[in-house]
Amino acid sequence: MAEMTYRDALKQALRDAMTEDDSIFVMGEEVGRYGGAYGVTKGLYEEFGADRLLDTPISEPAIVGAAVGAAMSGMRPVAELMYVDFIGMTMDQLGNQAAKIRYMFGGQIGVPMVLRTQGGTGRSAGAQHSQSLEAYVMHTPGLRLAMPATVADAYHLLRAALRQPDPVVFIEHKSLYAMKEEVNLSAPVPEWGKAAVRREGGDLVIVTYSRQVHYAMQAAQELSKKGVEAAVIDLRTLNPLDFETIRRHVEKTGRVMVVSEAAMTAGVAAELSARIHEECFDYLAEPVVRVAGEDIPISVSVDLEANSVPTPGLIRDVAERMVAVRSAA
Amino acid sequence: MTQDVNMAAPAAAASGSNTELLPMYRDMRRVRSFEERVGELFVRGQSAGSMLHLSIGEESAAVGVASLMRKGDTFTTHHRGHGIFLARGADPNRMMAEIAGKESGYCHGKGGSMHIADMGLGHLGANAIVGGGIPAVVGAGLASKRAGRGDVSIAFFGDGAMQQGILYESMNMAALWDLPVMFVCINNQYGMGTRIEQATRGVELHQRARALGLRGETVDGLDVRDVREVAQDLIDGGRAGNPAFLAIDCYRFFGHARMDKSPYRSEEDETQGRAKDPVKFARQALLDGGADEAELAALDGEISAEMDATIDFAVAATPPPLTSMFRDVYASDQPEPEPVRTRIDRILAVE
Repeated sequence: MAEMTYRDALKQALRDAMTEDDSIFVMGEEVGRYGGAYGVTKGLYEEFGADRLLDTPISEPAIVGAAVGAAMSGMRPVAELMYVDFIGMTMDQLGNQAAKIRYMFGGQIGVPMVLRTQGGTGRSAGAQHSQSLEAYVMHTPGLRLAMPATVADAYHLLRAALRQPDPVVFIEHKSLYAMKEEVNLSAPVPEWGKAAVRREGGDLVIVTYSRQVHYAMQAAQELSKKGVEAAVIDLRTLNPLDFETIRRHVEKTGRVMVVSEAAMTAGVAAELSARIHEECFDYLAEPVVRVAGEDIPISVSVDLEANSVPTPGLIRDVAERMVAVRSAA
Repeated sequence: MTQDVNMAAPAAAASGSNTELLPMYRDMRRVRSFEERVGELFVRGQSAGSMLHLSIGEESAAVGVASLMRKGDTFTTHHRGHGIFLARGADPNRMMAEIAGKESGYCHGKGGSMHIADMGLGHLGANAIVGGGIPAVVGAGLASKRAGRGDVSIAFFGDGAMQQGILYESMNMAALWDLPVMFVCINNQYGMGTRIEQATRGVELHQRARALGLRGETVDGLDVRDVREVAQDLIDGGRAGNPAFLAIDCYRFFGHARMDKSPYRSEEDETQGRAKDPVKFARQALLDGGADEAELAALDGEISAEMDATIDFAVAATPPPLTSMFRDVYASDQPEPEPVRTRIDRILAVE
């Protein structure tokens, strides 16, 4: 067991993968000499050199487009998009090219690239540097999507992403980079595409991912003191989506809260809620409740920012009300 | 050299200066004939849709450059790329079957005219997004440079893409990293209905590439020999890590796609434009060089018959089975997406 940050786990994953597989290289803005805007690749330039930590001009569409071409030419690129907020600039190369090439070309070739990026609130970075845009990716067939919440998953999901035959968008959370956990990287973790049940509980289940896993865990601990036991599911990957783990817990508890930091409307939480309603309707004691980001841009103000996304307090309060509905009924 | 072209050159025509031109004439003739058959396939209602963009008038660009490509080289094209792919050695039957959306097409009927690709010939894909295929050659160039094989990767696009930002991002990277890459703009004067002068003040297209540190040239597309000569020099440089840009001036003989009757341009414009006919020009040059009219006519007839057969092939081909719909969204060892119809049945099933 060793204490490690989420940031260092990501770096270790890149280091181990690059050591094992010569075809892997990192390309993006400030990934080399600078060491990454959030320090994830710091030191790798010195270890692996300029060819494998390729500093690029500020040209997001061409970064992703070049990664597509390299992936089609036998390489395994890790393109870095400094902020997920810039994904709109790359959406043609990501959504029209990377995602569709295998299908359009009749299965002749895949695009085994990883697009590493980060999103979320927590640094007063404002409306163009704080978004949670995973729905854009989840809505695009052909793209895999991983969003690690824990230090161990930062390592293992990135390693697994670098073994996938198809393009993976890997969204880190900017507020988790400094998070430390005791981890044993050799300990087994759920396989790629499987959710992790972070906490068992029979009163309700909270389905979430990325930083909100920690908020949900915090809320669940407070709920436990009041005699309410919430299960917490960390989805880990949104594509593939492990619906079976969700179903099992919904059938057990009958109460479901879906938590997402992204704007609520037409988001990941909406998709999860719809699926749960469709597939587990007979088991639901009450409607699935979405606890998600407000349908507003993110503010720079610390207070406005923090309260525009779910907080541990909000999750706890909503859970208490959901359980109270049952008691009253 | 192109592949899959086994027709013997008529002996008389192959004499003297015609030796170089004849194979290029034959390839251009094949492109022209193929495109004419694409038009026919559409008229007969056998094409998959009307999104068919003919490269008639641009044959010298396709053949002049593609005839210089070798095994290991890769390329991407725009939506008007039939000619380039054919000139690179594609099987016209499988091309036509793909355009008809049939199982035996290059992409099993899923790609069609605008997304045709063949990894065997290094065709990394046609593209329906203007400029969409350009940055892939930067990545292919990175891979080639690392492998040190001297393979060049070429992006073909039209003058419409000259106004897309991704071109400049890509050219900048290619120059910055000394990549074995070439950018070929087939300037047919029209981006859909907009003439190039209506799209930009900077019509000296190669100057833009030079500004970024690439070698940049413009060549008239009338004589395929001129195209090939300039392209040869630029590709040789490209292989050595000096990326280049080439604009080839030509004229789009017909509308943007099959439904477009070109209401935005005059008859005079078309008459003038079509006077620049690289196929006709090459044929006359062959005759002037001593080729025999009867032998050229025989060659034309042979090509005509070959291309007629592509229609029969495509019409007779079977459509892809419905079960293939969910295949190849992800790699073959991954589960296929659950069909919506299956899902609904599952949800509404009475237990």
